[in-house]
Amino acid sequence: MDAKQHSRREFFARTARGAGAAALGGAVWAYLVHGQAHATPFALRPPGAIPESDFLSTCIKCGQCVADCPYDTLRLADVAAPVPIGTPYFEPREVPCYMCPDVPCVRACPSGALDPGLANVEASEMGLAVLLDRENCLSYRGLRCEICHRECPVQDRAITIENHPRGLSRHALFVPIVHSDACTGCGVCENVCPLPEPAIKVLPRELAQARPAEHYDFGWQTETPITQEYEPAPAAPEASSEDLDAGLDYLNEEIPR
Amino acid sequence: MTGLWSRRYLVLRRVTQLGILLVFFGSLHWGWKVAGSPVLRGDLSASTLVGLVPLADPLAALQILATRHVPDSSVLLGALVVVLFYGVVGGRVFCSWVCPINPVADLAAWMRRKLGWKGTLRLDRRVRDWVLGLTLVLSAWTGLAAFEWISPIGMVHRSVIFGMGVGWIGAAAIFLFDLLVDRQGWCGHLCPLGAFYGLLGRAAQIRVAFDATTCTRCGDCLAVCPEPHVLNFEHAGAAGLVVSGDCTNCGRCTPICPEGSLGFAWRARVRRPPTDLQIPRARRAS
Repeated sequence: MDAKQHSRREFFARTARGAGAAALGGAVWAYLVHGQAHATPFALRPPGAIPESDFLSTCIKCGQCVADCPYDTLRLADVAAPVPIGTPYFEPREVPCYMCPDVPCVRACPSGALDPGLANVEASEMGLAVLLDRENCLSYRGLRCEICHRECPVQDRAITIENHPRGLSRHALFVPIVHSDACTGCGVCENVCPLPEPAIKVLPRELAQARPAEHYDFGWQTETPITQEYEPAPAAPEASSEDLDAGLDYLNEEIPR
Repeated sequence: MTGLWSRRYLVLRRVTQLGILLVFFGSLHWGWKVAGSPVLRGDLSASTLVGLVPLADPLAALQILATRHVPDSSVLLGALVVVLFYGVVGGRVFCSWVCPINPVADLAAWMRRKLGWKGTLRLDRRVRDWVLGLTLVLSAWTGLAAFEWISPIGMVHRSVIFGMGVGWIGAAAIFLFDLLVDRQGWCGHLCPLGAFYGLLGRAAQIRVAFDATTCTRCGDCLAVCPEPHVLNFEHAGAAGLVVSGDCTNCGRCTPICPEGSLGFAWRARVRRPPTDLQIPRARRAS
Protein backbone atom coordinates (compact mmCIF):
# COMPACT_ATOMS: atom_id res chain seq x y z
CA MET A 1 0.00 0.00 0.00
CA ASP A 2 2.71 2.38 1.05
CA ALA A 3 4.92 1.41 -1.87
CA LYS A 4 2.01 1.83 -4.23
CA GLN A 5 1.29 5.36 -3.01
CA HIS A 6 4.92 6.18 -3.27
CA SER A 7 5.12 4.99 -6.87
CA ARG A 8 1.98 6.88 -7.73
CA ARG A 9 3.45 10.06 -6.34
CA GLU A 10 6.58 9.37 -8.33
CA PHE A 11 4.49 8.83 -11.44
CA PHE A 12 2.79 12.20 -11.04
CA ALA A 13 6.10 13.89 -10.37
CA ARG A 14 7.61 12.34 -13.48
CA THR A 15 4.62 13.28 -15.59
CA ALA A 16 4.72 16.85 -14.33
CA ARG A 17 8.42 17.08 -15.05
CA GLY A 18 7.93 15.65 -18.52
CA ALA A 19 5.07 18.02 -19.27
CA GLY A 20 7.14 20.96 -18.00
CA ALA A 21 10.07 20.03 -20.19
CA ALA A 22 7.76 19.58 -23.17
CA ALA A 23 6.12 22.95 -22.56
CA LEU A 24 9.44 24.73 -22.24
CA GLY A 25 10.95 22.98 -25.23
CA GLY A 26 7.80 23.57 -27.23
CA ALA A 27 7.77 27.27 -26.43
CA VAL A 28 11.40 27.72 -27.51
CA TRP A 29 10.76 25.65 -30.59
CA ALA A 30 7.65 27.62 -31.54
CA TYR A 31 9.59 30.85 -31.05
CA LEU A 32 12.34 29.63 -33.38
CA VAL A 33 9.89 28.47 -36.04
CA HIS A 34 7.89 31.66 -35.84
CA GLY A 35 11.00 33.83 -36.06
CA GLN A 36 12.36 31.85 -38.96
CA ALA A 37 9.12 31.91 -40.94
CA HIS A 38 8.66 35.64 -40.50
CA ALA A 39 12.31 36.49 -41.04
CA THR A 40 11.56 39.00 -43.76
CA PRO A 41 8.56 40.47 -45.52
CA PHE A 42 10.61 40.95 -48.67
CA ALA A 43 10.75 37.42 -50.10
CA LEU A 44 9.63 37.19 -53.72
CA ARG A 45 8.05 33.83 -54.50
CA PRO A 46 7.81 31.90 -57.77
CA PRO A 47 4.82 32.44 -60.07
CA GLY A 48 1.52 31.08 -58.79
CA ALA A 49 2.60 31.10 -55.14
CA ILE A 50 -0.43 31.00 -52.87
CA PRO A 51 -0.75 33.75 -50.21
CA GLU A 52 2.41 33.94 -48.10
CA SER A 53 1.01 32.53 -44.85
CA ASP A 54 -0.49 29.53 -46.68
CA PHE A 55 2.67 29.21 -48.75
CA LEU A 56 4.82 28.94 -45.62
CA SER A 57 2.57 26.17 -44.30
CA THR A 58 2.27 24.21 -47.53
CA CYS A 59 5.71 24.40 -49.17
CA ILE A 60 7.54 21.14 -48.40
CA LYS A 61 10.95 22.66 -49.24
CA CYS A 62 11.84 20.13 -51.93
CA GLY A 63 13.31 22.57 -54.44
CA GLN A 64 11.71 20.97 -57.47
CA CYS A 65 10.65 24.39 -58.74
CA VAL A 66 14.28 25.47 -58.41
CA ALA A 67 15.42 22.37 -60.31
CA ASP A 68 13.07 23.02 -63.22
CA CYS A 69 13.67 26.77 -63.54
CA PRO A 70 15.51 27.11 -66.87
CA TYR A 71 17.04 30.49 -66.05
CA ASP A 72 18.33 29.61 -62.57
CA THR A 73 16.13 32.42 -61.31
CA LEU A 74 14.81 30.50 -58.34
CA ARG A 75 16.93 29.64 -55.36
CA LEU A 76 16.30 27.66 -52.23
CA ALA A 77 16.93 29.66 -49.08
CA ASP A 78 19.70 28.23 -46.96
CA VAL A 79 20.44 28.94 -43.32
CA ALA A 80 22.16 32.24 -44.07
CA ALA A 81 19.68 33.51 -46.68
CA PRO A 82 17.57 36.54 -45.77
CA VAL A 83 14.47 34.46 -46.49
CA PRO A 84 12.64 31.74 -44.50
CA ILE A 85 14.80 28.61 -44.62
CA GLY A 86 14.29 26.03 -47.37
CA THR A 87 11.75 28.05 -49.34
CA PRO A 88 12.17 29.11 -52.98
CA TYR A 89 12.66 32.79 -53.77
CA PHE A 90 14.32 35.00 -56.32
CA GLU A 91 16.23 38.25 -56.38
CA PRO A 92 15.36 40.20 -59.54
CA ARG A 93 18.57 42.22 -59.53
CA GLU A 94 20.45 38.90 -59.86
CA VAL A 95 18.14 37.03 -62.21
CA PRO A 96 14.53 38.08 -62.78
CA CYS A 97 11.69 35.72 -63.67
CA TYR A 98 11.41 35.49 -67.45
CA MET A 99 7.82 34.24 -67.27
CA CYS A 100 8.03 30.96 -69.22
CA PRO A 101 4.63 30.44 -70.86
CA ASP A 102 4.56 26.79 -69.72
CA VAL A 103 5.51 27.76 -66.12
CA PRO A 104 7.75 24.73 -65.38
CA CYS A 105 8.22 25.74 -61.73
CA VAL A 106 4.50 25.52 -61.06
CA ARG A 107 4.24 22.19 -62.86
CA ALA A 108 7.12 20.82 -60.79
CA CYS A 109 5.55 21.75 -57.44
CA PRO A 110 4.22 18.63 -55.69
CA SER A 111 2.65 20.37 -52.69
CA GLY A 112 0.33 22.93 -54.21
CA ALA A 113 2.27 25.81 -52.66
CA LEU A 114 2.48 27.01 -56.27
CA ASP A 115 -1.09 26.97 -57.48
CA PRO A 116 -1.44 24.39 -60.28
CA GLY A 117 -4.53 26.30 -61.40
CA LEU A 118 -2.40 29.18 -62.69
CA ALA A 119 -3.51 29.13 -66.30
CA ASN A 120 -1.49 32.03 -67.62
CA VAL A 121 1.83 33.20 -66.30
CA GLU A 122 0.72 36.80 -66.91
CA ALA A 123 -1.89 36.26 -64.22
CA SER A 124 0.78 35.58 -61.60
CA GLU A 125 1.40 38.07 -58.82
CA MET A 126 4.95 37.51 -57.64
CA GLY A 127 5.12 41.08 -56.44
CA LEU A 128 4.61 44.59 -57.68
CA ALA A 129 7.17 46.89 -59.27
CA VAL A 130 7.39 50.20 -57.46
CA LEU A 131 9.30 53.23 -58.66
CA LEU A 132 10.82 53.82 -55.26
CA ASP A 133 13.24 56.63 -55.93
CA ARG A 134 11.92 59.42 -58.11
CA GLU A 135 14.79 61.68 -57.18
CA ASN A 136 17.28 59.45 -58.94
CA CYS A 137 15.14 57.83 -61.65
CA LEU A 138 16.67 59.05 -64.91
CA SER A 139 13.25 59.53 -66.49
CA TYR A 140 12.18 61.79 -63.65
CA ARG A 141 15.41 63.72 -64.05
CA GLY A 142 14.47 64.53 -67.61
CA LEU A 143 16.29 61.87 -69.61
CA ARG A 144 14.50 59.63 -72.06
CA CYS A 145 15.67 56.47 -70.26
CA GLU A 146 12.49 54.38 -70.14
CA ILE A 147 14.49 51.15 -70.17
CA CYS A 148 12.14 49.54 -67.66
CA HIS A 149 9.22 50.31 -69.92
CA ARG A 150 10.89 48.95 -73.03
CA GLU A 151 12.11 45.73 -71.38
CA CYS A 152 8.88 44.98 -69.52
CA PRO A 153 7.51 41.64 -70.79
CA VAL A 154 3.92 42.76 -70.20
CA GLN A 155 4.57 45.47 -72.72
CA ASP A 156 2.69 48.75 -72.42
CA ARG A 157 0.28 47.33 -69.89
CA ALA A 158 2.35 46.84 -66.73
CA ILE A 159 4.42 49.97 -67.29
CA THR A 160 3.27 52.89 -69.41
CA ILE A 161 5.01 56.17 -70.09
CA GLU A 162 3.18 59.34 -69.16
CA ASN A 163 4.37 62.74 -70.20
CA HIS A 164 4.31 65.71 -67.93
CA PRO A 165 4.73 69.05 -69.73
CA ARG A 166 6.99 71.40 -67.84
CA GLY A 167 6.24 74.70 -69.46
CA LEU A 168 8.11 76.62 -72.14
CA SER A 169 11.75 75.99 -73.04
CA ARG A 170 11.91 72.72 -71.09
CA HIS A 171 10.88 69.46 -72.69
CA ALA A 172 8.26 67.32 -71.01
CA LEU A 173 9.10 64.56 -68.53
CA PHE A 174 8.40 61.06 -69.77
CA VAL A 175 7.97 58.94 -66.68
CA PRO A 176 7.22 55.26 -66.15
CA ILE A 177 3.98 54.44 -64.35
CA VAL A 178 3.38 50.90 -63.03
CA HIS A 179 -0.10 49.43 -63.24
CA SER A 180 -0.87 46.87 -60.56
CA ASP A 181 -3.55 45.10 -62.59
CA ALA A 182 -1.00 44.04 -65.23
CA CYS A 183 2.34 43.90 -63.38
CA THR A 184 3.36 40.34 -62.45
CA GLY A 185 6.37 41.30 -60.35
CA CYS A 186 8.75 39.41 -62.61
CA GLY A 187 11.46 41.94 -61.84
CA VAL A 188 12.85 42.52 -65.34
CA CYS A 189 12.51 46.28 -64.76
CA GLU A 190 14.51 46.08 -61.53
CA ASN A 191 17.08 43.93 -63.31
CA VAL A 192 17.60 46.30 -66.23
CA CYS A 193 17.47 49.65 -64.43
CA PRO A 194 20.79 51.26 -65.43
CA LEU A 195 21.44 52.90 -62.07
CA PRO A 196 23.99 51.23 -59.78
CA GLU A 197 21.15 50.73 -57.32
CA PRO A 198 17.84 50.43 -59.16
CA ALA A 199 15.23 53.17 -58.82
CA ILE A 200 12.46 50.67 -59.53
CA LYS A 201 12.17 47.59 -57.34
CA VAL A 202 9.77 44.71 -56.95
CA LEU A 203 8.14 44.39 -53.56
CA PRO A 204 5.74 41.76 -52.28
CA ARG A 205 2.23 42.98 -52.96
CA GLU A 206 1.20 43.07 -49.31
CA LEU A 207 4.01 45.49 -48.73
CA ALA A 208 3.62 47.62 -51.83
CA GLN A 209 -0.12 48.10 -51.92
CA ALA A 210 -2.56 49.97 -49.76
CA ARG A 211 -5.92 48.40 -49.05
CA PRO A 212 -8.79 50.72 -49.96
CA ALA A 213 -11.62 50.83 -47.46
CA GLU A 214 -14.76 49.03 -48.58
CA HIS A 215 -17.12 51.88 -47.83
CA TYR A 216 -15.45 54.54 -49.94
CA ASP A 217 -17.75 55.70 -52.70
CA PHE A 218 -16.10 57.83 -55.32
CA GLY A 219 -19.15 59.57 -56.70
CA TRP A 220 -17.49 60.75 -59.88
CA GLN A 221 -16.35 57.21 -60.67
CA THR A 222 -19.27 55.19 -59.39
CA GLU A 223 -21.24 53.17 -61.83
CA THR A 224 -24.46 53.22 -59.83
CA PRO A 225 -26.79 55.75 -61.48
CA ILE A 226 -27.79 58.83 -59.54
CA THR A 227 -31.57 58.79 -58.99
CA GLN A 228 -34.22 60.93 -57.31
CA GLU A 229 -35.56 57.97 -55.39
CA TYR A 230 -34.86 58.59 -51.76
CA GLU A 231 -36.51 57.90 -48.47
CA PRO A 232 -37.62 61.11 -46.77
CA ALA A 233 -36.10 61.52 -43.32
CA PRO A 234 -38.50 60.46 -40.54
CA ALA A 235 -40.46 63.43 -39.15
CA ALA A 236 -39.38 64.76 -35.79
CA PRO A 237 -41.88 63.92 -33.00
CA GLU A 238 -44.27 66.77 -32.10
CA ALA A 239 -43.30 68.52 -28.89
CA SER A 240 -46.01 68.30 -26.21
CA SER A 241 -47.32 71.51 -24.58
CA GLU A 242 -45.91 70.39 -21.21
CA ASP A 243 -42.43 70.32 -22.64
CA LEU A 244 -42.95 73.79 -24.09
CA ASP A 245 -44.25 75.18 -20.80
CA ALA A 246 -41.30 73.74 -18.90
CA GLY A 247 -38.98 75.41 -21.34
CA LEU A 248 -40.73 78.77 -21.03
CA ASP A 249 -40.79 78.58 -17.23
CA TYR A 250 -37.10 78.04 -17.29
CA LEU A 251 -36.57 81.10 -19.44
CA ASN A 252 -38.77 83.23 -17.18
CA GLU A 253 -37.05 82.22 -14.00
CA GLU A 254 -35.19 84.90 -12.20
CA ILE A 255 -31.52 84.66 -12.36
CA PRO A 256 -30.22 84.00 -8.87
CA ARG A 257 -27.63 86.40 -7.77
CA MET B 1 39.54 -9.02 -47.07
CA THR B 2 37.66 -10.69 -44.25
CA GLY B 3 37.77 -7.34 -42.52
CA LEU B 4 36.00 -5.74 -45.43
CA TRP B 5 33.52 -8.61 -45.68
CA SER B 6 32.63 -8.24 -42.04
CA ARG B 7 31.92 -4.59 -42.73
CA ARG B 8 29.85 -5.22 -45.83
CA TYR B 9 26.72 -3.56 -44.50
CA LEU B 10 28.65 -0.55 -43.30
CA VAL B 11 30.19 -0.14 -46.76
CA LEU B 12 26.84 -0.68 -48.44
CA ARG B 13 25.19 1.86 -46.18
CA ARG B 14 27.81 4.50 -46.89
CA VAL B 15 27.52 3.82 -50.61
CA THR B 16 23.73 4.14 -50.42
CA GLN B 17 23.81 7.29 -48.31
CA LEU B 18 26.29 9.06 -50.55
CA GLY B 19 24.83 7.55 -53.71
CA ILE B 20 21.36 8.94 -53.06
CA LEU B 21 22.73 12.42 -52.43
CA LEU B 22 24.91 12.05 -55.53
CA VAL B 23 21.94 11.10 -57.71
CA PHE B 24 20.03 14.12 -56.42
CA PHE B 25 23.06 16.32 -57.06
CA GLY B 26 23.79 14.81 -60.48
CA SER B 27 20.18 15.17 -61.60
CA LEU B 28 20.21 18.83 -60.64
CA HIS B 29 23.68 19.97 -61.65
CA TRP B 30 24.91 17.51 -64.26
CA GLY B 31 21.63 16.78 -66.01
CA TRP B 32 21.49 13.07 -65.24
CA LYS B 33 18.46 11.80 -67.11
CA VAL B 34 16.56 8.61 -67.78
CA ALA B 35 14.19 8.70 -70.76
CA GLY B 36 14.38 12.48 -70.88
CA SER B 37 13.48 13.03 -67.24
CA PRO B 38 15.79 13.86 -64.35
CA VAL B 39 16.66 10.67 -62.46
CA LEU B 40 15.73 12.09 -59.09
CA ARG B 41 14.46 15.65 -58.94
CA GLY B 42 14.03 17.35 -55.58
CA ASP B 43 15.47 16.46 -52.21
CA LEU B 44 14.68 14.16 -49.30
CA SER B 45 11.56 16.19 -48.39
CA ALA B 46 9.90 15.46 -51.71
CA SER B 47 11.10 14.33 -55.09
CA THR B 48 10.12 12.81 -58.40
CA LEU B 49 11.77 9.62 -59.59
CA VAL B 50 12.38 9.60 -63.37
CA GLY B 51 9.62 12.14 -63.84
CA LEU B 52 7.05 9.57 -62.82
CA VAL B 53 7.02 8.33 -59.25
CA PRO B 54 6.35 10.97 -56.60
CA LEU B 55 8.14 10.53 -53.29
CA ALA B 56 7.56 12.58 -50.15
CA ASP B 57 8.58 12.63 -46.54
CA PRO B 58 5.49 11.25 -44.77
CA LEU B 59 6.21 13.17 -41.56
CA ALA B 60 6.48 16.42 -43.53
CA ALA B 61 3.16 15.64 -45.20
CA LEU B 62 1.65 14.88 -41.79
CA GLN B 63 2.88 18.22 -40.43
CA ILE B 64 1.39 20.08 -43.38
CA LEU B 65 -1.91 18.34 -42.70
CA ALA B 66 -1.61 19.32 -39.03
CA THR B 67 -1.42 22.98 -40.10
CA ARG B 68 -4.84 22.43 -41.69
CA HIS B 69 -3.49 22.69 -45.21
CA VAL B 70 -4.06 19.86 -47.63
CA PRO B 71 -1.02 19.37 -49.86
CA ASP B 72 -1.45 18.44 -53.49
CA SER B 73 -1.98 14.82 -54.45
CA SER B 74 1.69 14.38 -55.48
CA VAL B 75 2.84 14.89 -51.91
CA LEU B 76 0.12 12.65 -50.48
CA LEU B 77 0.79 9.92 -53.04
CA GLY B 78 4.54 10.31 -52.56
CA ALA B 79 4.16 9.98 -48.80
CA LEU B 80 2.10 6.82 -49.32
CA VAL B 81 4.79 5.32 -51.58
CA VAL B 82 7.45 6.03 -48.96
CA VAL B 83 5.27 4.66 -46.13
CA LEU B 84 4.68 1.44 -48.05
CA PHE B 85 8.37 1.07 -48.90
CA TYR B 86 9.64 1.58 -45.37
CA GLY B 87 6.72 -0.36 -43.96
CA VAL B 88 8.16 -3.37 -45.75
CA VAL B 89 11.93 -2.90 -45.51
CA GLY B 90 11.88 -1.45 -41.97
CA GLY B 91 10.95 2.07 -40.99
CA ARG B 92 14.26 3.15 -39.62
CA VAL B 93 16.07 1.84 -42.68
CA PHE B 94 15.76 5.51 -43.61
CA CYS B 95 17.87 6.41 -40.59
CA SER B 96 20.78 4.09 -41.24
CA TRP B 97 20.72 3.79 -45.02
CA VAL B 98 19.50 7.16 -46.32
CA CYS B 99 19.66 9.97 -43.77
CA PRO B 100 22.72 12.20 -44.29
CA ILE B 101 22.97 12.77 -40.54
CA ASN B 102 23.78 9.11 -39.95
CA PRO B 103 27.46 9.32 -40.95
CA VAL B 104 27.82 12.41 -38.76
CA ALA B 105 26.27 10.66 -35.77
CA ASP B 106 28.36 7.56 -36.46
CA LEU B 107 31.52 9.65 -36.56
CA ALA B 108 30.67 11.23 -33.21
CA ALA B 109 29.92 7.80 -31.72
CA TRP B 110 33.17 6.42 -33.11
CA MET B 111 35.19 9.28 -31.64
CA ARG B 112 33.45 8.82 -28.32
CA ARG B 113 34.46 5.16 -28.32
CA LYS B 114 38.04 5.97 -29.27
CA LEU B 115 38.30 8.66 -26.61
CA GLY B 116 36.53 6.48 -24.09
CA TRP B 117 34.11 9.26 -23.16
CA LYS B 118 31.13 8.30 -21.11
CA GLY B 119 27.78 9.98 -21.41
CA THR B 120 27.44 13.36 -19.77
CA LEU B 121 23.68 13.51 -20.04
CA ARG B 122 21.42 10.50 -20.32
CA LEU B 123 18.17 11.30 -22.03
CA ASP B 124 15.42 8.74 -22.10
CA ARG B 125 14.94 7.05 -25.46
CA ARG B 126 11.25 7.87 -25.28
CA VAL B 127 11.97 11.60 -25.39
CA ARG B 128 11.86 11.35 -29.18
CA ASP B 129 8.26 10.16 -29.02
CA TRP B 130 7.44 13.30 -27.08
CA VAL B 131 9.32 15.36 -29.64
CA LEU B 132 7.28 13.65 -32.37
CA GLY B 133 4.06 14.49 -30.55
CA LEU B 134 5.27 18.03 -30.02
CA THR B 135 6.08 18.30 -33.74
CA LEU B 136 2.44 17.73 -34.63
CA VAL B 137 1.04 19.84 -31.78
CA LEU B 138 3.30 22.77 -32.67
CA SER B 139 2.46 22.41 -36.37
CA ALA B 140 -1.21 22.76 -35.49
CA TRP B 141 -0.50 25.64 -33.11
CA THR B 142 1.87 27.74 -35.21
CA GLY B 143 0.36 26.79 -38.57
CA LEU B 144 3.85 25.93 -39.81
CA ALA B 145 5.32 22.46 -40.34
CA ALA B 146 7.29 22.72 -37.08
CA PHE B 147 10.07 20.20 -37.60
CA GLU B 148 10.71 21.12 -41.24
CA TRP B 149 11.63 24.64 -40.16
CA ILE B 150 14.40 23.58 -37.81
CA SER B 151 15.33 20.14 -39.13
CA PRO B 152 19.11 19.69 -39.28
CA ILE B 153 18.45 16.81 -41.67
CA GLY B 154 16.76 19.20 -44.07
CA MET B 155 19.51 21.80 -43.66
CA VAL B 156 22.19 19.26 -44.51
CA HIS B 157 20.61 17.52 -47.48
CA ARG B 158 19.40 20.77 -49.00
CA SER B 159 22.80 22.37 -48.75
CA VAL B 160 24.47 19.29 -50.25
CA ILE B 161 21.99 18.85 -53.10
CA PHE B 162 21.55 22.50 -53.98
CA GLY B 163 25.27 22.99 -53.55
CA MET B 164 25.35 26.01 -51.35
CA GLY B 165 25.34 27.57 -48.03
CA VAL B 166 26.01 26.73 -44.48
CA GLY B 167 23.79 23.70 -43.93
CA TRP B 168 26.79 22.02 -42.35
CA ILE B 169 25.90 24.04 -39.26
CA GLY B 170 23.11 21.53 -38.65
CA ALA B 171 25.55 18.64 -39.01
CA ALA B 172 28.10 20.34 -36.77
CA ALA B 173 25.50 20.94 -34.07
CA ILE B 174 24.54 17.26 -34.06
CA PHE B 175 28.16 16.16 -34.10
CA LEU B 176 28.98 18.27 -31.05
CA PHE B 177 25.81 17.25 -29.23
CA ASP B 178 26.48 13.56 -29.83
CA LEU B 179 30.15 13.89 -28.99
CA LEU B 180 29.95 16.07 -25.92
CA VAL B 181 26.48 15.70 -24.47
CA ASP B 182 24.77 12.39 -25.11
CA ARG B 183 25.84 9.19 -26.87
CA GLN B 184 23.64 8.78 -29.96
CA GLY B 185 21.95 11.89 -28.58
CA TRP B 186 20.20 13.07 -31.71
CA CYS B 187 19.33 9.89 -33.62
CA GLY B 188 18.67 7.77 -30.55
CA HIS B 189 16.88 10.23 -28.31
CA LEU B 190 15.58 13.37 -29.98
CA CYS B 191 14.91 13.01 -33.70
CA PRO B 192 11.14 13.00 -34.35
CA LEU B 193 11.65 11.62 -37.85
CA GLY B 194 13.42 8.60 -36.37
CA ALA B 195 10.59 8.21 -33.86
CA PHE B 196 8.07 8.33 -36.69
CA TYR B 197 9.91 5.72 -38.72
CA GLY B 198 10.27 3.67 -35.52
CA LEU B 199 6.49 3.48 -35.29
CA LEU B 200 6.31 2.57 -38.97
CA GLY B 201 8.98 -0.10 -38.48
CA ARG B 202 6.83 -2.17 -36.15
CA ALA B 203 5.22 -3.82 -39.15
CA ALA B 204 8.48 -4.20 -41.07
CA GLN B 205 8.97 -7.38 -43.07
CA ILE B 206 12.75 -7.37 -43.21
CA ARG B 207 14.04 -7.94 -39.71
CA VAL B 208 17.08 -9.23 -37.90
CA ALA B 209 16.33 -12.84 -37.00
CA PHE B 210 17.69 -14.05 -33.67
CA ASP B 211 18.46 -17.64 -32.83
CA ALA B 212 18.44 -17.85 -29.04
CA THR B 213 19.63 -21.49 -29.02
CA THR B 214 23.05 -20.66 -30.48
CA CYS B 215 23.50 -17.30 -28.77
CA THR B 216 26.12 -17.30 -26.01
CA ARG B 217 25.22 -13.85 -24.69
CA CYS B 218 28.70 -12.52 -25.36
CA GLY B 219 27.28 -9.05 -25.86
CA ASP B 220 29.35 -8.15 -28.92
CA CYS B 221 26.17 -7.10 -30.71
CA LEU B 222 25.12 -4.86 -27.82
CA ALA B 223 28.46 -3.08 -27.98
CA VAL B 224 28.06 -2.07 -31.61
CA CYS B 225 24.30 -1.49 -31.71
CA PRO B 226 23.27 2.18 -31.78
CA GLU B 227 19.91 1.21 -30.25
CA PRO B 228 20.98 -1.58 -27.89
CA HIS B 229 17.61 -1.88 -26.20
CA VAL B 230 16.23 -3.55 -29.35
CA LEU B 231 18.52 -6.53 -28.73
CA ASN B 232 16.45 -7.67 -25.80
CA PHE B 233 17.33 -11.35 -25.58
CA GLU B 234 14.07 -12.24 -23.84
CA HIS B 235 11.77 -10.62 -26.37
CA ALA B 236 13.88 -11.33 -29.42
CA GLY B 237 14.44 -14.91 -28.28
CA ALA B 238 10.75 -15.50 -27.79
CA ALA B 239 9.80 -14.00 -31.16
CA GLY B 240 12.79 -15.36 -33.07
CA LEU B 241 13.58 -11.86 -34.33
CA VAL B 242 14.23 -8.30 -33.25
CA VAL B 243 10.73 -7.00 -32.65
CA SER B 244 11.27 -3.35 -31.79
CA GLY B 245 10.57 -0.77 -34.47
CA ASP B 246 13.59 1.15 -33.21
CA CYS B 247 15.92 -1.32 -34.96
CA THR B 248 17.38 0.49 -37.96
CA ASN B 249 18.37 -2.64 -39.89
CA CYS B 250 21.85 -1.19 -40.08
CA GLY B 251 23.47 -4.63 -40.08
CA ARG B 252 26.18 -3.85 -37.55
CA CYS B 253 25.26 -6.80 -35.34
CA THR B 254 24.85 -9.53 -37.95
CA PRO B 255 28.45 -9.88 -39.21
CA ILE B 256 29.93 -9.35 -35.76
CA CYS B 257 28.07 -12.20 -34.06
CA PRO B 258 30.64 -14.98 -33.53
CA GLU B 259 27.90 -17.60 -33.38
CA GLY B 260 25.99 -16.37 -36.42
CA SER B 261 22.89 -16.12 -34.30
CA LEU B 262 21.81 -12.89 -35.96
CA GLY B 263 20.98 -12.39 -39.63
CA PHE B 264 18.55 -10.56 -41.90
CA ALA B 265 15.40 -12.49 -42.73
CA TRP B 266 11.88 -12.00 -43.97
CA ARG B 267 9.59 -11.78 -41.05
CA ALA B 268 7.12 -14.27 -42.54
CA ARG B 269 9.89 -16.85 -42.97
CA VAL B 270 11.09 -16.61 -39.38
CA ARG B 271 9.71 -19.53 -37.45
CA ARG B 272 8.58 -18.77 -33.96
CA PRO B 273 10.69 -20.80 -31.59
CA PRO B 274 8.91 -23.28 -29.28
CA THR B 275 7.81 -21.65 -26.08
CA ASP B 276 9.56 -24.19 -23.81
CA LEU B 277 12.87 -23.25 -25.37
CA GLN B 278 15.77 -23.51 -22.96
CA ILE B 279 17.70 -20.31 -23.37
CA PRO B 280 21.31 -20.85 -22.35
CA ARG B 281 22.62 -18.91 -19.43
CA ALA B 282 24.78 -15.90 -20.05
CA ARG B 283 28.43 -16.66 -20.48
CA ARG B 284 31.15 -14.23 -21.32
CA ALA B 285 33.04 -14.78 -24.50
CA SER B 286 36.72 -15.23 -23.93
